[in-house]
Amino acid sequence: MSKFKKKRGKASPEVSTASLPDIIFMLLFFFMVVTVMRDSEKKVDVVTPQATELSKLEKKSLVNYIYIGRPVEKFQATYGTKPRIQLGDKFATEKDIPLFLERHRSKVPENQRGAIKTSLRVDQDVTMGIVADVKTALRKAGQLLLNYSAKPRPE
Amino acid sequence: MAKKSTKDRLNNEVNAGSMADIAFLLLIFFLVTTTIVEDKGVLVQLPPWSEDEPDITKLKTRNVFSVLVNANNELLVRGEPTDIMDLRENCKEFIMNPLRLDNLAENPKKAIVSMKNDRGTKYKAYLEVYNEVKAAYGELRDEEAQKRYGKDYEYCSKTEKRAIRSDIPLVISESEPSDFGAEN
Repeated sequence: MSKFKKKRGKASPEVSTASLPDIIFMLLFFFMVVTVMRDSEKKVDVVTPQATELSKLEKKSLVNYIYIGRPVEKFQATYGTKPRIQLGDKFATEKDIPLFLERHRSKVPENQRGAIKTSLRVDQDVTMGIVADVKTALRKAGQLLLNYSAKPRPE
Repeated sequence: MAKKSTKDRLNNEVNAGSMADIAFLLLIFFLVTTTIVEDKGVLVQLPPWSEDEPDITKLKTRNVFSVLVNANNELLVRGEPTDIMDLRENCKEFIMNPLRLDNLAENPKKAIVSMKNDRGTKYKAYLEVYNEVKAAYGELRDEEAQKRYGKDYEYCSKTEKRAIRSDIPLVISESEPSDFGAEN
């Protein structure tokens, strides 16, 4: 009798936490793999419009991004509220586009350079004037594959 | 006694209890920095740059589907104010010309959509129009693929796609925007 009692007293009722690190590590690896580090600070506000004829941008390394929108509140004192172009992490004008494209192009292997796409992330309330300027600059620079970034329209 | 205790200590393993905490810390860091963004958009092929503007007056007017979007985001399709909701149907009818009317395109290969907008046009309105035109072509290609191969354009093989593409080519010409309504 006494033997039984002793055993019961010894048995710990807690759930084993030994496998907790393993579970956490699994989650950790998942997030490490899906994480894409944001490489540039956002300086303009961009709310992309909605569309239906969307296609996915596949190879991230072959895509460069041009942002067009009004400066975020922090920068409105210095840059005003007029729509601006953001290349990389700084404000720019359309004259800076050829250099920006060339910088990106030099990082891409030569045999893939024809497939480089430019993703225009433009705010929906921006007027076409600045967009047209950017398009002209892109055409002059020979960058003809474009992607107007947009959100899927809920049906 | 003393000897035994040192042996005990030597046999001790590294405490792995804090492993979970460290992993948690890293996990939270990655959770915060993760942005699962799927970048999608409307794919466009721009024409190469040339100094002189293409002259669309050389084309027959019946083959040109002109879409104007003004600074008030209003549509003028072939000279008539139109609602964006009707654009897709109008565009499809123009391209295919099922009734062989003589003011619509001679055939899909000759049809050209010409877009023009003001500098003051909202980007949203512009993209909506572009989207509708693209959707019209997408639907026509789907219909053609259904008729020929009994499946949607998306599921066709490369050669089948090419055949349809050459019969219903997507030609959108965009002219330089007029200065009207430019933002100061």
